[in-house]
Parts: sequence; structure tokens; C-alpha cells
Amino acid sequence: MTTTPSLHEDQPQLSWTRYLGFSTDAKVIGIQYIVLAFFFFLIGGFLAMIIRGELLTPPADLVDRTVYNGLYTMHGTIMLFLFIFPVLNGLNNLLIPTMIGAPDMAFPRLNTAAFWLVPVFGFLLIASFFVPGGPAYSGWWSYPPVSIQNPLGHLISGQSLWLLAVALSGVSSIMGAINFVTTILRMRAPGMSLFRMPVFCWTALAAQSLQLIGLPALTGGAVMLLFDLTVGTSFYRPEGGGDPVLYQHFFWFYSHPAVYVIILPVFGVFSELFPVYSRKPLFGYVYVCLASFIIVGLGLIVWVHHMFPSGVTMWMRNLFMFTTMLIAVPTGVKVFAWLGTLWRGKIQLTTPMLFCLGGLINFVFAGITGIMLATVPIDIHVSNTYFVVGHFHYVIYGAAVMGIFAAIYHWFPKFTGRMPYEGLGKLHFVLTFIGANLNFLPMHPLGLMGMPRRVSSYDPEFAFWNVLASLGAFLLGVSIIPFLLNMISSWARGPKATHNPWNAIGLEWLLPSPPPVENFEEHVPTVISRPYGYGTGLPLVEHQAEIERQLILQEASA
Amino acid sequence: MTTTTPQPLADHGAGHGAHGNHNLTGFIIFLCSESVIFLAFFSGYALLKLSALNWLPDGVEGLEWRTPLINTVVLVSSSGTIVLAEHFKAKEKIWLFRAFWLLTMAMGSYFLYGQALEWSGLQFGFTSGTFGGTFYLLTGFHGLHVATGILLMGIMLIKSFLPGNYVGGEQGVQATSLFWHFVDVIWIVLFLLIYVWQG
Repeated sequence: MTTTPSLHEDQPQLSWTRYLGFSTDAKVIGIQYIVLAFFFFLIGGFLAMIIRGELLTPPADLVDRTVYNGLYTMHGTIMLFLFIFPVLNGLNNLLIPTMIGAPDMAFPRLNTAAFWLVPVFGFLLIASFFVPGGPAYSGWWSYPPVSIQNPLGHLISGQSLWLLAVALSGVSSIMGAINFVTTILRMRAPGMSLFRMPVFCWTALAAQSLQLIGLPALTGGAVMLLFDLTVGTSFYRPEGGGDPVLYQHFFWFYSHPAVYVIILPVFGVFSELFPVYSRKPLFGYVYVCLASFIIVGLGLIVWVHHMFPSGVTMWMRNLFMFTTMLIAVPTGVKVFAWLGTLWRGKIQLTTPMLFCLGGLINFVFAGITGIMLATVPIDIHVSNTYFVVGHFHYVIYGAAVMGIFAAIYHWFPKFTGRMPYEGLGKLHFVLTFIGANLNFLPMHPLGLMGMPRRVSSYDPEFAFWNVLASLGAFLLGVSIIPFLLNMISSWARGPKATHNPWNAIGLEWLLPSPPPVENFEEHVPTVISRPYGYGTGLPLVEHQAEIERQLILQEASA
Repeated sequence: MTTTTPQPLADHGAGHGAHGNHNLTGFIIFLCSESVIFLAFFSGYALLKLSALNWLPDGVEGLEWRTPLINTVVLVSSSGTIVLAEHFKAKEKIWLFRAFWLLTMAMGSYFLYGQALEWSGLQFGFTSGTFGGTFYLLTGFHGLHVATGILLMGIMLIKSFLPGNYVGGEQGVQATSLFWHFVDVIWIVLFLLIYVWQG
């Protein structure tokens, strides 16, 4: 395997088998999270291919209608709970300790436990394909009354496995969130005050705070749903005095903030990468940091905008329309800060930069349709149509997943010690950007024309846009091939990476590539300035020149 | 509090698990998060009750409040005894600490006994509409926390007999005590919601 040049010549050669077992090392766990997440990404993506294959023609001819219900339910659930959250936790594990100069997470064993819950609930969720009655079929939001039907009467049904998996996912995420927040609050390098902390850590802190506040509500709601489903309580059963809309409140109180849990770290990635590849300091650093927490505050009081057609009162509709639109302000602050950073910068169109730019364009588009959806009269018109599907896929795939790819290409050399291939990376970008837009843009006209989501057959007048969307989806399916090829081949025998191949500024770039097990160990540098001092010539830490000279000497002798 | 602020890994040889003592920080964050789940249950209870046409199931007049009130007094005072226990621990009077710690455990157990007694005398079950469901959900989930608190106290009590017991592990006692106050506060809200607000 790779040789590990490090400050500590006595360090034993690390075998790749450490990635297969229980490890308490955040950098190992981080890679475990990411690799496992991409395994589930392939499964969720395969389901998406079947869905788009079905929608290629108006009649329901590829799969049975009931199977189709299970397909989109599992596609959404897998992509959120088994891909996006784990992959982001992987990035958190890799980046937070190295960026703040900590040797590891605050609670390494808790970290291990949180990771190993992922394959457990992943197994439960995938296993639900093979139980009588098939997987859950009530959509990823599992609204009652559909989700409390149990026609076969078995205790173990697709829906009960789904609920169990979601509850376990919540436990795992809470364990992770406690760890990340504690680490960021308590283990920063000397001199690194909150306003000298990289924006990625700010956004991770904001996102994980949201997890801590929001997730228990979903868990509580899911427990009540599980009781309704299995032991006959009537929390959500109208015939027993229950209220199905109550579940929607619990669900969206978490699941709307969950969107910010996903997008905030991606904002962090944008804020890290735009300065590196335009060689300028981040424009409005303090405002970008604070905007994350304004998004947290506002993000917790917008959930009812998912329920405009669910029979909520008019004053609630107006109030939540207003708060939802307010979110555009802190988000706009960030977008303008990035544009200000790019303005007159020396822009380098590397693979990670391309993914950031593409992600930003998609995000702005999603933001505009988001404002449209926040408007009550429009929302009531397009609710439950493909317009909504298009909107959130622009956020989740167009912005978040592209940001995650950017992060992977950018920090790949740091954590593997190898350079990814630029050519394959750019091919991946082109296929992803075209594929995502071709897939999700046609969903907007479809929604405006009135095509409902979650149907396997549709009126022939919708055929044109559906064919385009399916072609885009297949392109996205193909786009993953150069990515996987790139990752596997460059990790195995890519060119050796230096400690700082992108000339980036940050504590993680003052470590060898890959960093030793405990990062800086006892030699944590003292931070003396704000991050992103590109073009200013100011050092980030004390004795920076000396640290860099040592790293270069080491690389030369290795 | 901790004696050493975690200088970036003073003792490197110990490897993982020795990265300073952040247990209390982590535990407080956990409690904040855990309070949201109760908040969710409480608001669900209030919403269901306010919108109900027939809140009480047929044949149920309301909840008797004498046993729960005694339980409340016991649980609230046990928050006092645990403070006293901590006080004696700080003064290094280890036996008094153990005595009051054990007393707190006994009061917690009495609370659970009283709760079980109340449950066994009720004429409605958890499937008796939303009233029965929410009643058992709230009291049961809270009782689970009381049981967890007693278990944690038991572990801490056993630890006090081990040689070198609390060296570097004082935060366990603090965390348990915090948890107990948390359980107490939740109970007060629950008591007000379920037993006092019956109209």
C-alpha cells in the first residue's frame, strides 16, 4: 500500500484492513462512512434508474404499480438516511479534527458506535425488500393513514422495518452530532477563536445543532407511528380521536431542517473552495459564519410550508410563508459572499472548482423555485406535482451532491496521499452537470402542467418532458462510472500528493498527506490569523515557514 | 470540575479515549437534545387534548391525583438529596455521600413503585383512544428515564467503592445528578399537563 511520509518515522505502516474493522480513528471512520455511503448511493441510484425507466412511457409497463410505490419510497429513504447523512458525517470526521488541529473526535468510541449503526439500519432497510408485502410504500415521509395500514397483519412489515431503521438512524445521527459539537466547541487549536475557525466547521456546528434540536421530534413522532402500526394505539387514527396532521408536524419539524443539515456543510465546502481556486480571501467571512446560525434559527420555524394544503389555518399559512421567504436573506448573504470572492479572482477551473460552480448555479435555481413554492397560492397549485420533485432534486443533487463531489476531489489527496485524475474528474463533472439539469429541469414544466408525483402512469401529453428527464437520469447513472474509476485507480496508484497540492491555507494543509493517526499530536500550531488569507501573504500559524519547510524536506526524502 | 484543561494530548501514549475530559459537555448537549423529544410529546398531548371531542374514554371520570402528588413530592425532594450527596462528596465525606446517594436511589425507586401502583389501578389501557395512549406514553417514557437515572446512580455508587474510583471520572457523578434534575423538571411539567390540567 501507500507509504506514509510523516513527522514520525517510527510510525508503523498502516494496513488497508483497518478500514474493515472497528476503528476509533476519526480518519478511518470518515473513509468508512464515505465508502459505505457510496455503496448505498449505488443501490438508491439503481432504484432511480428503474423509476425513470418506468416513466419513459406513459403506461405503467415496467413494474407493477404497488412495486412502484415501494421503489420511490425506498429511493428517497436510502438516498437521505443511507447516503447523504453518512457521506456528510464522513466529511465531518475527516475534516473537523484536522481543520481545528484536534488529534481525534472528543468521543472516539461513541464515534465508532455511531458509524457501525449505519450498516445495521442499512441492512434492516434493505431487508424490507424481502419481507412479505414488500418494503414500505407510503413515501419517504410515511404519512398516516397510509403508513399505519398493515393489510397482512404481520408484526414485521416493510413499514415497521422502515420505522425501526429511521429510529436507529436518528440514534446514530444524535451520537454523531454530540461528538461533532463537543469536538468543535472544546478541542480547537490554541489561538483558534470561533471567528478564526474555517467556515466548514461553522456550518458543521450549525448543521449538527439542527440535528440535536430537530431529530428527537421525528424520533418521537416515529415511535408514536410505530405504536399505531403495531400495538393499536390511535395517536394518528381519526377513528380513535387521533390526528394524522400531528404526524406531519413532527415529521416536518425535523425533516425541513434536515435540508439545512444537508446543505449547510455544502455551503461550508463552497466557502472553503472558492477562496482556494480564486486565490482571494473569502468575502464577508464573519457574515458567512453568522448567516449559518441565522439559517438555523429560521430553519426551525418554517416547517408548515410543507403542509399548506393539509388543512392548516390561514394565519399559519401566512406566518410560515413569511418566515420561509426570510430564509432567502441569510442564504443570499452567502451567495453574494461567494460571488464577491470570485469577482476578479484568479479562477482556476480544477475539478473541485467546476463542481462548486455547477453546484452554485443549481443552488441559485433551486432557491428561486423555493421562493415560488413558499408562496401559498403557487404552492397549493403545484403541491404534490413534479414541480416540487424538481425543486428538491435541484437542492439535493444539483447543489448538495455536487458540493460533496467537490469536497471529495478537493480533500482526496489529503486523506489518501494520492492525486485524483483531472481528466476523469472533468468528464465526471460534465456528465453530472448536464445529466442533473436534463433530469430535473423538465420536472418543472411537468409540475406546472399538473403531473402529480408518485404515479407510474401518466397522460401522454406529459411524454416529451418525461423522456428528456429519463435521458438525464440515465446520463447521471453513467456519470458515476468515471467517478468510481477515478477514485479506485487514483487511490491504488495515482501520483503521490504533496502536503498541499492546491496551495490552500488551513491547518489540514500543514499536515503530511495522509496525516498521521493523531494529526499534530502534541505539536499543534498556534493560529494567529483568520482563515483564507489568500493573496495577503499573512501566515495562518506561528512558525508556518518552518513547518512547511519540514514537510517539504520530508516529501523530498520519501 | 476537571483539574486539567486538555492541553492538546498531554499524555500521548494512552492513545484514543484519553483526549481530555469532555464527558460533561457531551452529556449536557445530549440532555438538551433529549428534552426536545419530551417537548414533542408534550405538544402532541396538548394538541390532541385541545382538539378532542371526547377526551376521556367512556366510564373514566378523570385521573385521581393523590398518589401522583405524593410521588411528585418524593421526586422533587430527591433532587434535594442528590444535591446534598454532591455537597458531601465535595467535602470528601464519602460515607455521607453514599448515604444520601442511596437515599436518592430509594426515593427514585419509591416513585417507580407509586407509578406502577397507579397504573395497576386504572380502568383504561393504552389503546383507549388518544387519552389512554398519550397518558401511558408520557408516564411510561418518563418512568423509563427514572429507571435509567437509578441505574446510573447504582453504577456511580459501585464506582465509589473501587480504589482510585473517581480519579478523572468525577464527571460521572455530576452528569448523573444533572440527569436526575432533568428527570425531575420533566416530571413537574408532566404533572401539570396530565394531572392538574384536567378541565
